[in-house]
Amino acid sequence: MDSIGVIIGFYALAGLTVGAALLVFLVRNLLHAVLALVLAFLGMSGLFITLSADFIAMAQILIYAGAIPVLLVFAVMLTPHASRDNANSLFAPGGLLIGLGFAALFVFVAMATVWPVLDVETLHVQSFAGTVRTIGAALLGDYLLAFELASVLLLAAFVGAVALVREDEA
Amino acid sequence: MSAALDPIRVRVRVTSPRLAVTLGIVLVLFGAASIGIAYVVVSGMLDGHWYDFRDLGLGMAHLREWLNEVNAGQPAALSAFLGDQWISYITGALLGATGILTFFGLLLLILVWVERRLIGRIQVRKGPNRVGPFGLLQPVADALKLIQKEVLIPIGADRFMFYLPPVLVFIPGLLVWAVVPWAPNMNYLDTNVGVIYLIAISSTATLAIFMAGWASNNHYALLGAMRTVAMMISYEIPLSLALLMVVLMTGSMQLSTIVQWQVDHHVWLGMLMPLALFTFFFSSTAELNRTPNDIAEAESEIVAGFHTEYSGMKFGLFYAVELGNAVAVGAFVAAFFLGGWSLFGLETWIPPYLIFAAKAFGGYFVLVWLRGTLPRFRLDQLMSFAWKYLIPISLLQVLLVAIEVTAMRYMHFPDFVELSLVGAANLAFTIFIVRAWATFLGYRPEREQVLKPTMAKQMGGLRAAEEMRTR
Repeated sequence: MDSIGVIIGFYALAGLTVGAALLVFLVRNLLHAVLALVLAFLGMSGLFITLSADFIAMAQILIYAGAIPVLLVFAVMLTPHASRDNANSLFAPGGLLIGLGFAALFVFVAMATVWPVLDVETLHVQSFAGTVRTIGAALLGDYLLAFELASVLLLAAFVGAVALVREDEA
Repeated sequence: MSAALDPIRVRVRVTSPRLAVTLGIVLVLFGAASIGIAYVVVSGMLDGHWYDFRDLGLGMAHLREWLNEVNAGQPAALSAFLGDQWISYITGALLGATGILTFFGLLLLILVWVERRLIGRIQVRKGPNRVGPFGLLQPVADALKLIQKEVLIPIGADRFMFYLPPVLVFIPGLLVWAVVPWAPNMNYLDTNVGVIYLIAISSTATLAIFMAGWASNNHYALLGAMRTVAMMISYEIPLSLALLMVVLMTGSMQLSTIVQWQVDHHVWLGMLMPLALFTFFFSSTAELNRTPNDIAEAESEIVAGFHTEYSGMKFGLFYAVELGNAVAVGAFVAAFFLGGWSLFGLETWIPPYLIFAAKAFGGYFVLVWLRGTLPRFRLDQLMSFAWKYLIPISLLQVLLVAIEVTAMRYMHFPDFVELSLVGAANLAFTIFIVRAWATFLGYRPEREQVLKPTMAKQMGGLRAAEEMRTR
């Protein structure tokens, strides 16, 4: 059984995340929407912390609260008309459809998975090497090929971006 | 011209009767306190528990043990609901947070004075010395003045986003102090992702600064914000690479373990990896917007950068958090590269957190020194230094450190031999790669014509100055 603090934390953070996510498409100003998105990401990282997934939580803050918003802000700044408002667009029906599809997929996976439920005593007995060590061993052990493929893909994207913006010297 | 106005002969008086008297009083008080402590220790009043002011962490551990005993007497229904250790947990959290907040608040108050006095000394003037003894109450007067000032909001500013940034900038500045390893057992948040916590939390300040610049509806503010964001995301990479070397060498991202590694091996990581130390320090000055990298608020180019439009206490918050972050950088340099709370055995006799504070303020002093000494770089110089210079050589150095760590795992020489070899290899590599990469980028000092410093003489500057002085 969870202690009362974790339960309060879960509902507060879940409310924050969902509320901020609603704000993302309810506010009229696009930069305010970006801020609301960051708030939603921070709520997500708080949820990870209540699950004791410290590395994931920190990676969430680092990437989704530190790096992605800067990218979004630059994208908004460099596209003049987009910064005016967060109005309806032609993509709304398609986006809604994709969002519903993803939601259905996640709900299906969550319902279909048999979650291993451990009580407190079992968890105390199990020795756990720490999330960082476990994730590192998994990334460079079992999932090495996927990891390396992702890094090669990122490198290709990086080089491609440089090649796209480079001016012709000839 | 009278001698008093001669800029070269004016010296700031270092000693004064008042200073001597104050120092004497402090010394007498310190002596009395030492005698009192010695009496308490020798008379056996502590009863084997050595948890006086030397080790706050140990005292805290005893407090929590006692609270757990208290907690064991609670009714069973409460224990099922709240757990077994909630009193000590809440007490620990509150006490730690209070400690950090108190320290941070006092720090911000005193730093304004410290910084201005030090800069004053460096520039051969006195600095604030009117309000209170030695001008110590100057920050209080400044804060009162700032609170009274009208807070202006520019026309066309985004009011919501204009209000938020001073607060949002403050939060990471406060949060990074949570992982600082003050002494053994004296970390508020001793998480095993401490390094990545530090990087993640400090990277969130970028967005707040950008919001400040954008919401102000001011060209200079927006320019400053763009510069800040560009610089911060550039220098985050070498900073992370420097920390990656530390993590590779110590095999942990937990700050207490990193310090403990340095204690166990009797070495400072800054000696083993001088390049990482330099990279971390230089990148930090960029993240802090301090000289020589303060192009984000270069007052001769873009008024005051992203906080041009902020007045009153909103400006005060930006100013204060910059100073606080400077000490935080000192603290992290001390923890990562200068051995943390250890001083080669001296930590048995001096409270470790005092050693740590001394190292942290030493790092801060170097930052002030740089600010008083160096001019600022140009934007393009800074960006190309990060991307073309720091990142490639840091990457190569990371590769070398990884090879060394792997080699150390398979070889079983004594620690001293291994670490000496590593230090020598890293130093040699640093010297070689700095020169080699500069040459690769087109640095050819031997082809440039050497100019002798004849300008002043040709213009008659020195002679003219001498004539004016003697007239």
